[in-house]
Amino acid sequence: MNKKENRSGWGFVSIAAICILIFSFYPMLQSLITSFQSGMGVNLQFAGTTNYKRLFTDPQFLAALKNTVTYLIVQVPIMTILALFIAVLLNDNQLKFKGLFRTAIFLPCVTSLVAYSVLFKSLFAQDGIFNQFLMTLRIIQQPIQWITDPFWAKVAIIIAVTWRWTGYNMIFYLSALQNIDPSIYEAAELDGATGFTKFFRITAPLLKPIILFTTIMSTNGTLQIFDEIVNLTNGGPANATLSISQYIYNLCFKYTPNFGYAAAVSYSIVVMVGLLSFIQFKVGGDKND
Amino acid sequence: MTRTIKRLFSYLFLIIASFISVFPFYWMIVGATNQSVDITKGKLTFGLAFYDNLKNVFTTTNIAQSIVNSLFISIVTTLLAILISSAAGYGFEIFSSKARKKLFHFLLLSMMIPFAALMVPLYRLFSRLNLINNYLAIIIPAAATAFLIFFFRQNTKSFPKEIAQAARVDGLSEWKIFFRIYMPMMKSTYAAAGIITFMNVWNSYLWPLIVLQTSDKMTLPLIIGNLNSSYTPDYGMIMIAIVIATIPTALVFFIMQKSFVDGMLGSVK
Repeated sequence: MNKKENRSGWGFVSIAAICILIFSFYPMLQSLITSFQSGMGVNLQFAGTTNYKRLFTDPQFLAALKNTVTYLIVQVPIMTILALFIAVLLNDNQLKFKGLFRTAIFLPCVTSLVAYSVLFKSLFAQDGIFNQFLMTLRIIQQPIQWITDPFWAKVAIIIAVTWRWTGYNMIFYLSALQNIDPSIYEAAELDGATGFTKFFRITAPLLKPIILFTTIMSTNGTLQIFDEIVNLTNGGPANATLSISQYIYNLCFKYTPNFGYAAAVSYSIVVMVGLLSFIQFKVGGDKND
Repeated sequence: MTRTIKRLFSYLFLIIASFISVFPFYWMIVGATNQSVDITKGKLTFGLAFYDNLKNVFTTTNIAQSIVNSLFISIVTTLLAILISSAAGYGFEIFSSKARKKLFHFLLLSMMIPFAALMVPLYRLFSRLNLINNYLAIIIPAAATAFLIFFFRQNTKSFPKEIAQAARVDGLSEWKIFFRIYMPMMKSTYAAAGIITFMNVWNSYLWPLIVLQTSDKMTLPLIIGNLNSSYTPDYGMIMIAIVIATIPTALVFFIMQKSFVDGMLGSVK
């Protein structure tokens, strides 16, 4: 490549690169510095590891951490399995109305997070449609207090998030499935492989990279969950659904602003995202890479 | 299990899954025609309150203004983002060098940065720049995303380099090649990227919630959030607002379903 082309190369990439450096990497660094500072509002002083020590004894943070991790370990596996299952069903060539099913199941993705959260809040009303439905089917005897019971409020959030994102994940799996050469299955069938063996010996290993990709995305999303919590339960009852992101927001914009401590809390998410992605890569990544 | 039973089970499962996926949309549209008290009671049939709800939401909130605001922010951000990110994606692929490859991988790392870690410093940055309650605070940080750059770079692989080479021989400058040849040829890539970006910006909540402070500047999701958080939320009004907020993204989705799905898949290929 000659000099002129090299210069053009930098010309094309520079604006975007500078933007990302200024609006992603620089703030991230600054956040790290701020997390070692303390004080109210903008009067910050160096405070060593005070903020980080405070994390371990802060009941609100611990509640938010527990809730967020609960969402993660319950919701992500349920959604992944469900999306995978639907994708496998939809990948059947003889299935009719395939496009219709796909469109219907993907449809929740067009709603905004705020809109669907509010929508689900009305569905979960005490004498609302959800309770009526469950009572008609005699699954429950009395209406469930979806929004005001600490346990059921979490369940409500998990149901809502699963509704919103299953179709999104399904699309990724479906496209990966369609890229698998059908002759592999035919060969396996000749060897007498059953549906289960085919799934676990052929489908699952070939989908591994996509599953890895989607679970990392979902993990990141769930660790930062905010819109749903604020608009569905507003963190209540008594912090039972509070998420880490909402707690950070409260620390900065609701209570007396404490940017230093908020930054320390936000780094707990950075650490978790990094750690979980690393583990997922180790477990799910291709060793030949 | 015989084949027929299996097939029946497939259909049954898919019908239930489709029903669950679509039902809340029905609920939202029916809700827009009902009174708040009927909605919380789970009324499933159309009511007569549509006009009243519509009138209420337009007279008691800034929703008309917020629609204009949301459209303005979403369109400007989308245009800027696809312009800047496509140039970068093009540059990283066409003028591939060792240094730029390293930079590209470094930029990709920003996809792993949680927004929670950015909101405090970004807020302080924009308040120092006196851009709080200003649309620039929303538009500028969204102008370049690693995801879009990655997306354009992946799609540029299908752009024939010989065409750029031939144009170069004809004496066309690099930027002219980009604007006059690359852009028109990559229309569908731009469409997909545009849809994804528009939907993200149109639906975004947390950052606008932090940055936009007066109600005349607010976007649609913020108005919905405010309606919802009032002491006695009027669900009739809320449902109308949700319907309005969902129309553009649903329309975009239905008109461009194919390029939208392809666009999403492009990110993992």
